[in-house]
Amino acid sequence: MGKYLDIVAGWFGYRYDDWALLTFGTIANVLVVALPVLLAVAMIVWVDRKVWAAIQIRKGPNIVGPFGLMQSFADGLKVFLKETIIPAGANKFLFLLAPALSLIFGLVGWAVFPFGEGVVISDLNVGILYLFAVSSLAVYGIIIAGWASNSRYAFLGAMRSAAQMVSYEVSIGFVLVCVLMCVGSLNLTDVVLAQKNVMFGVNGYFFSGLFPMFVIFFVSALAETNRTPFDLPEAEEEIVAGFQIEYSSMSMALFYLGEYANIILMCGMMSLLFFGGWLPPFDWEPLYMVPGIIWLFGKIFFFFFCFAWVKASVPRYRYDQLMRLGWKVFLPVSLLWVVLTSGYLVLFDKLPG
Amino acid sequence: MAFLDHAARTIFLTEFVKGMGLTLKYFFKKKVTINYPHEKGPLSPRFRGEHALRRYENGEERCIACKLCEAICPAQAITIEADIRDDGTRRTTRYDIDMTKCIYCGYCQEACPVEAIVEGPNFEYATETREELLYDKDKLLDNGDRWERQLALNIELDAPYR
Repeated sequence: MGKYLDIVAGWFGYRYDDWALLTFGTIANVLVVALPVLLAVAMIVWVDRKVWAAIQIRKGPNIVGPFGLMQSFADGLKVFLKETIIPAGANKFLFLLAPALSLIFGLVGWAVFPFGEGVVISDLNVGILYLFAVSSLAVYGIIIAGWASNSRYAFLGAMRSAAQMVSYEVSIGFVLVCVLMCVGSLNLTDVVLAQKNVMFGVNGYFFSGLFPMFVIFFVSALAETNRTPFDLPEAEEEIVAGFQIEYSSMSMALFYLGEYANIILMCGMMSLLFFGGWLPPFDWEPLYMVPGIIWLFGKIFFFFFCFAWVKASVPRYRYDQLMRLGWKVFLPVSLLWVVLTSGYLVLFDKLPG
Repeated sequence: MAFLDHAARTIFLTEFVKGMGLTLKYFFKKKVTINYPHEKGPLSPRFRGEHALRRYENGEERCIACKLCEAICPAQAITIEADIRDDGTRRTTRYDIDMTKCIYCGYCQEACPVEAIVEGPNFEYATETREELLYDKDKLLDNGDRWERQLALNIELDAPYR
């Protein structure tokens, strides 16, 4: 990161330790990550629609630009030009704050996301905890939106969302505990490096032993980001669009951006925690010729494809089923796995660090 | 045993994996989408689209102002006024169809004794104002002239079944 900042320092004619440079350098770093993420969101919305369409034997967006690639930008422009309507009974400040929060919480998680060894804005030594905290905060955007809209549908959607996110965070927490017990560190770079030199970029117990945890993490990530089998907060048929119902134009677009930024972050977490991040799938020398970022993007893309695939395949859960799955299945299973993993590590003296 | 079977299915997500496999199969199937403005689906000769008033080959309009279509129209979308023309034949002086009222049932076509009013194959006549959908006689005759070949063909193709 220091070399990075020195280069940026050159542009501004400052020295690295200069505070102004530090500020500009950090802002530059943030932009270098945040802008591609937003671009990726636009592209991933297109991918989502394409995959969804393909499974329904349709072609999906294919008119705007080559292969319809510019569709998201056309939609964005359209939404941008629409009028923002604020309901008369709404709390104006909170009503406008909610979508902004939703986007911010979708983006701040990327601060600790390592794109390669050392290629990270902030190499936090509690990176996993930070990500966990940020993904929990996402619920605030939704619940504030639901409350500020002063609408029953929006409020119902927000309540569902809050309950759902809190429920699935518990099992995500235990999954993370399993992973970090095997790694012995909360630093995301360490988590990835611990998976080196093993098949599938995944350590023995990472793949075989923690595979059930990966499945639980995947399903919980779907619930956490309000994706389809668990998209009760915005169930169109029951509560119209849930917390988004009163939102129009750019404020609604911000929700979408935040939602998809969160989804990509979750896909990224899956590739970091279980599938070796920027490491190639096999520990074989020629595979290291491909830049790590390509492997990382490939993995993220694969998991996003799975998200879209699930969206097109599975019908929505009923609310009680959702709660049952979260509390009566995932929580005990993940808790049991924490016990088993720690027992295994202690018994065979494999505790890391 | 049934319990074990059920438990195994639940733990290994068998049904879920099967479903996902099926959707993945469809993912690679040939797509059925028609690129609408550039490609169009096939239409039956009986398709009931935009109305048209036809003429005989010598250019004489077919409609004899019998008002059967006006009488049978369930939506009361048709308005006809008739008079004796200079050559002594009975003709319409006004033939209006309110396309916003029309339900495209095709009864007018069925009722017409001279195959003058027909519903053609055109379905792309969206307009920007409501007024443009209040068709008058000129518009309908113009439609007839424009679509005559297709209209005649459709009537011929459907004739064996009438």
